[in-house]
Amino acid sequence: MSLLITIMAGILFAAGVYCLLRRNMTKLIIGIILLSQAANLLVFTMGGIRAHQPVFADSETGTVAAGHADPVPQALVLTAIVIGFGLMVFTITLLMRAHAVLKSDDVNEFNHTDALP
Amino acid sequence: MIWLVLSLLLPFITAVACLRKERCGPWVPRLSLIGAVLQLGSAGMLMNHALEHEYVIIHVGAWAAPFGITLVADLFSAMMVLITAVIAVAVALYSMGDIDQRHTQKHYYSLIHLLLMGVNGSFLTGDLFNLYVWFEVMLLSSFVLITLSGTKDQLEGGVKYLLINILSSILFLCGVGLLYGKLGTLNMADVANMLSNHDDALLVNSSAMLLLVAFGIKSALFPFFFWLPASYHTPRVSISAIFAGLLTKVGVYALIRSYTLLFHSQFDVVQDVLLFLAGMTMLTGVFGAASHFDIKKILSFHIVSQIGYIAMGLAIGTPIAIAAAIFYTIHHILVKTNLFLIAGLIERRCGTTDLKKLGGLAKASPALALLFFIPAFSLGGIPPLSGFWAKFGVVKAGLDAQHYWLVGCALFVGVLTLYSMTKIWAEAFWKKAPAAGKEQKAASSDSLPKVMVIPCVGLALITVWLSLNPEPLLELSTKASEQLGNPQGYIKEVLGK
Repeated sequence: MSLLITIMAGILFAAGVYCLLRRNMTKLIIGIILLSQAANLLVFTMGGIRAHQPVFADSETGTVAAGHADPVPQALVLTAIVIGFGLMVFTITLLMRAHAVLKSDDVNEFNHTDALP
Repeated sequence: MIWLVLSLLLPFITAVACLRKERCGPWVPRLSLIGAVLQLGSAGMLMNHALEHEYVIIHVGAWAAPFGITLVADLFSAMMVLITAVIAVAVALYSMGDIDQRHTQKHYYSLIHLLLMGVNGSFLTGDLFNLYVWFEVMLLSSFVLITLSGTKDQLEGGVKYLLINILSSILFLCGVGLLYGKLGTLNMADVANMLSNHDDALLVNSSAMLLLVAFGIKSALFPFFFWLPASYHTPRVSISAIFAGLLTKVGVYALIRSYTLLFHSQFDVVQDVLLFLAGMTMLTGVFGAASHFDIKKILSFHIVSQIGYIAMGLAIGTPIAIAAAIFYTIHHILVKTNLFLIAGLIERRCGTTDLKKLGGLAKASPALALLFFIPAFSLGGIPPLSGFWAKFGVVKAGLDAQHYWLVGCALFVGVLTLYSMTKIWAEAFWKKAPAAGKEQKAASSDSLPKVMVIPCVGLALITVWLSLNPEPLLELSTKASEQLGNPQGYIKEVLGK
């Protein structure tokens, strides 16, 4: 399972970078989405994926069984997903506004603020 | 203790209070000013405590480190929080004149204070993932602020700013994730502690490099700086000023924190990379500034080259170099914010910041000329202004550590910095006013609002005071750098061992 998710994260990174390198604005958004999902998967797998070993402590001894699943990466990933979601919504809104004002979806045309006198 | 929490709570409370704009419309700017002043008070108290106790630490929710989130203020953090509060007061005051009703309606004041909360949080946190969250708080409000007016330039600059910063956040998250996978902790002290017991470079290099790129993008280091000059000159000048003063410095702070605490035992791995990046950052930034003819664009490029100096201090890595970097950071925040604010005054007066259309300001308003002179030539490093002491410290540290080519680079960049400051001076102030300029001047009112002038004068006075009396700040920086140079102390205090 770990291997599968790792490979998936790798593919997502590759696809995200590929999309980012396009000039089309829609692909830019898709690229960012793919990359942030890839990062989430990466963080998620970092704790190691273990089934059937929740992190509940034994009520009598008060200790946790060895080899339990690590809850921290899951908490981190949840936070990251929520933040990423907010960012995505703002990105899409901003790019839509930019598209409406600049009347172009070619990122290469976004060069007025860099222009030399 | 309470001051540490207040540094985060006060901006938040102010932001929420400013949201109620319908009921207390004209009060919103005043509320924001009051919030900023209170923040300055609490930051001062925090500084006081940090001086007394060395480390001010809170384990949030009483979860002991390394399991909970720890907030730590050492001297360096406290200094950064204090200077942030100074800038906050200056910008809050300036905004009363600069920000119109339309922007207030768009929650400008709330956003500024949320931004300040993010900045303070980044300075105070002792947990790597928490740092990521504070970065996001700061970035989200900065995204909205940079595109607040919704003009074509702002949207265009905003898109670049947004995308590159999201990318940097993603890389940061990956670095944090990998580090957790390898060490099983994210508490900065704990990470530093674990890494100092390992000398396995494979364990840290991937994370160290990912974090270097992520923080490099935030602080506009050499190959990652292109978003900055593309976007910083587009928003309202109060927004530009606070961005120029604080946001890149948060990146620099994170870099310094990473390589003096987190990866202090592996510093030699990144040192060569940092030295190279610092040199290139100085050079490219100043070349960009030399080629532009708009005050705000020149100033934006100068942020990049000055970041190079600070990075140079970090890269050299000796205690005196780190002290010089800290001194430089404080000096730079004051001067750069002030220059942007003054550029705003010039824009208000003449209707433009394009040097070709400006002229004759030295005659038309000598006070403005004097006001510009102080921070501009402090930035250029003319003795005895504060920039000279800052540059002197960095260069001396470079000579002591025998990085001669980097020192040569720094001196050369100093000359070019002076060149572009002189360019602004000669074009905007000394040159005769062009014919078109006179019409524009007649169109705008001659007197500038007092609320906009006072913060500029205040910041200029602080600069002058630092110039004539650099000793206290130098001493403080040296102390802070000694503290940074002794990560064991930090680890011991946080982990309680």
